[in-house]
This record gives sequence, structure tokens and C-alpha cells, in this order.
Amino acid sequence: MVSPLRFEFGSSLPQSAGDPHPAGNNLVLEARSVRVWYGNFMALRDISIAIQRNQITAIIGPSGCGKSTLLRIFNRMNELIPTARTEGQVIFNGEDIYADGTDPVEIRQRIGMVFQKPNPFPKSIYENVAFGPRINGFRGNLDEVVEHSLRQAALWDEVKDKLRHSALALSGGQQQRLCIARALAVEPEVILMDEPASALDPSATLKIEELMRSLARNYTIIIVTHNMQEAARVSDRTAFMLADEQRAGHIIEYDLTKAIFTKPRDQRTEDYITGRFG
Amino acid sequence: MPRPRAHATRASSRLSERAMGSMLFLCAALSILTTVGIVLSLLGETLAFFSEVSPIEFFSGTQWTPLFQPKHFGILPLINGTVMVALGASLVAVPIGLGSAIYLSEYAPERVRNLVKPALEVLAGIPTVVYGYFALQFITPDILQRLFPEASVFNAASASIVVGIMIIPMVSSLSEDALSAVPRDLREAAYGLGATKFEVATRVVLPAALSGVFASFILALSRAIGETMAVSLAAGSTPRLTLNFLESIQTMTAYIVQVSLGDTPAGTIEFRTIFAVGTTLFAITLGMNLLSDWVIRRYREAYR
Repeated sequence: MVSPLRFEFGSSLPQSAGDPHPAGNNLVLEARSVRVWYGNFMALRDISIAIQRNQITAIIGPSGCGKSTLLRIFNRMNELIPTARTEGQVIFNGEDIYADGTDPVEIRQRIGMVFQKPNPFPKSIYENVAFGPRINGFRGNLDEVVEHSLRQAALWDEVKDKLRHSALALSGGQQQRLCIARALAVEPEVILMDEPASALDPSATLKIEELMRSLARNYTIIIVTHNMQEAARVSDRTAFMLADEQRAGHIIEYDLTKAIFTKPRDQRTEDYITGRFG
Repeated sequence: MPRPRAHATRASSRLSERAMGSMLFLCAALSILTTVGIVLSLLGETLAFFSEVSPIEFFSGTQWTPLFQPKHFGILPLINGTVMVALGASLVAVPIGLGSAIYLSEYAPERVRNLVKPALEVLAGIPTVVYGYFALQFITPDILQRLFPEASVFNAASASIVVGIMIIPMVSSLSEDALSAVPRDLREAAYGLGATKFEVATRVVLPAALSGVFASFILALSRAIGETMAVSLAAGSTPRLTLNFLESIQTMTAYIVQVSLGDTPAGTIEFRTIFAVGTTLFAITLGMNLLSDWVIRRYREAYR
């Protein structure tokens, strides 16, 4: 079956050696047999996935397959939902972030997050970026942190003259880049992105994608997307997820992005990326 | 067969639609007319009062003795009493009310919230005269007079405390509504940056809900200013220009009660004082509502 869709791959990608199952000390995060319940409903079953440092890992799959839940196990964001329960291990730099005595607050400082809908605080542009450093007790030149973060997020030139203006006056695309700058200001190692471009128009989407590629030099990025072209364009590795008959999400296939999109091993992956369902 | 019947139903429903509209308009008009009527009757008697007493004496005099000889018509002692009780009540209600609102909105598990919220609202259902009794029979003798033996039987402190307790549900319930209305994704953004629960509550949720929280304070303050029965019982009826919360005072509302319940004949100057005091009270609460509108607009951190 030849794929009727053609995917364009990011040209600047560091093409890793073709090992589909990365191992060794280049791993930054690894989920081991993770299960997540919401009340009695099992949302994720037996998730095992290893995330390579300084790469972009995409999680794709149809709506309701648990992509966002999977993303949120990496910074213990699921536990903000009162009925949520997580089982298994998530190893971050060699330590299980679900071990007793691990502080989720500290985990979230090191594993940042960007959300589906731009969600700047109703404060000034400056205060949005300064928020993370401030609550983490940053003692240094805050102006520099704000400027550096906004430059990294490719937003500085657009907002440098209106740092004291409300962040809500920015366009949707600018707001999302501000949210990325806000996450960068805490200097995380990993950035989780939950469909960061889904609420944006195509040109703003393109900017976010370019930004992700430039950020991947210094950060590890995990992105959830339902846009397969986006996954193909920006990511190094792709995980394809589906929900089973009980609606529990699990990973069908995880491989180099190129492999997933050109010669998927599982028939269901092929059906999904060729647009036969989803 | 069904179609003509349906048409007939449409026609009659159009008629009743118009009738309902008119009736609802009458309801709205009636409440506006009532308000206008109250204001007019207040103003009429107030003007009659000021034809006998100069506004300068009224607003700058420091003695209020319309019922005794020599008569003095300086309203400052009454305003002072009202402001003391209102501010004292706010000192009680704002921290406790806001604290419980933050607890309920950000900390409490759902089970606890479902228990505590109705319990707080029970406070709002207690008749105010019972609060007055509670102040007089319990707070003053069993608490205040033990701590401060010089406290009089009637005193501003006990009135402030019970009025404060009385308006806690107003502050907590309205503030909690404002806090809960802050979108979830703002909280998640803050948690995602490594904020603790307290930081999320105080640095993101509270600022975003500030205008609603302010509104609850001002409404509660208005309620405290207008509160009558509890302060009449607890604070006494001694108009006095003082800042001592342990002394007996009189508020504007308590004075109005005193005269209204007494045998002051209509048309006399003593009788007209309550309209002058009522108009002043009305002007103060109106001014506060306007102030709150301004504050809300000025400090709004709109999140949409």
C-alpha cells in the first residue's frame, strides 16, 4: 500500500542513527509501564516510551486516545485532577519522578509546559515572563532573563517597546510565543507542548514550528499534535497512539518520524497517517 | 386537521406573549416607581428639616441631641458610629471571608466544600436580632469584659464583631464565585511553571479575580453600614464622637430605630431628623456603590 499523502520532512533535522529504540545516557525521560486512571476509567495502559535528549518527540493519534494524558504524566500535571491516579515509573535523569518524597513543584520547574490555548496571565508581557523566575526565588537581573527568554521565543523584536502592556493585547500567535518565553524563563530541560499551534492560523503555526526547531538545540521537546504534517515537519521521533475497546490509550508504534511516515510497521499506523480514520 | 389548530395556538400564544410582556414591564416599572417614591418622600421631609436646621450645623456639629434640651443637630457622632461599626466589621469579615473563599476555591476537596459552603450560608440565615442578642449576652460579658473590664454593656466592639460575623458569608460566597470563575488554564499555566498551590492562589487566581473580590468587600461594607437590629441592641444609643470601641455609641440606623419606635409625633423637628439621617445614609451607600464601580473598573485584570 503506497501512501497517497506525501510528507515533507524538516531539512534541518539531526538525523539520528536509525536505532528505533534509543537507550543509554542520551535519554532524558522514560516512562515504564505507566497506567493512568480517572476514577474507575483507565485512560492509559502500559505506556513505555523513552525520550531522547535534544530531540523533538511527537505524539500523534485520533481525538480521545490519551495523547494529552500521556504528555501530562511527564510533569505530574495529571494529579491536579482530583480523581486521577498514576501507576508505574517515569524516570527523569535517572530518578523516578513518581517516587515518594518527590516534589511535583520541583519537577515542573525542570519540565515546562505550553498549552493548547494560549494562556498568558492577565498581567503585562514583562510580568508574564518574570513570573516563573520570581516564584522560584530568582536573585539576579530579571530584565536580562525576560529579554533572553523573549529573544529565544522569537518575540523580542515585536514586544520590546511594550513590555509593560497587557499580554492579552497580543495576537494569538504572539500570546503562544509569550507562553513559550514564559516557560523558557524558568530554564527547564524539557518542554511539553500540548497542541501548541492548534488554535493558531497557518502563518503563526509556521512561526511556532520554526521556533520549536531552533529550541531543540538546547531543549528536549515533546509535542502532542493531531496535525500529522506538523509531526512530520518538526519531529525526530513519533509515537502513534490509539484507544482500545475500553477507551484506554496505548502506544501502537514509536519510531523515527521518517520511519513512521514512510514505512510504518503496524497496519493501524498506516491507516491513520494515510487518512483512513481519525 | 392538526394544521389549523396549530395556527390557532400560534395566534393565541402571540396574544398571551404580548400580555406577558406587558405584565413583566409593570413589575419592572413598579419597582422603579417604588424607589422613586422612597427617594421623593425622603427628600421632601429632608428639605423640611433643612428649612429649620442649617446644613452647616448638621454636617459639622459634633453633638447629636435632638431628643433632649438643648437640641443639637450635628450628625458627625452618628456617622462616626456607623463608620466605626462598618470598619470594625470589615476587619473581622474581610480576612476571614477572603481566607475561607480561597480555601474553598483552591484547597478544599469537593467533599469538604459541599459541607462548608452551606454551613457558611447558614450564618446568613440567622436573624440579625439574634446576632444582637448574641453580642449583648455572650460577646460583651463573656469575652470583651473579661479582656477589658472597662468595656461598657453596650459597646462598638461587640457590634463590630457580630456584624463582621454576619457579613462573612457575603464576602466568602461572592469572593469564592469570583475566584472559581478564573479559568482553569491560568492555574495550569502557573502550576506548569513550578508554582505551589499558595502561589497559584495568591499570585494568579486572586489578582485575576480582584474586581469580583473587591465587589464582595464593598457589598459587605454596604450591608454593614445598613445593618440595624444587631447594632441597635449591641452598640447602644449614645451618639458619641469617639474612637474607643469599648464605649457605647449610636449608628445612623440605630438612631432611626430609636425615633421610629418612640412616640415622636409626625411633623415635628425630632421626627424629621430621621429623614435627614436616612438621606445621609442613602447618599453614603450610593457613593460607595459608585466608588466600587470605579474601583472595579480601575483594578480589573480581565482574563478574557
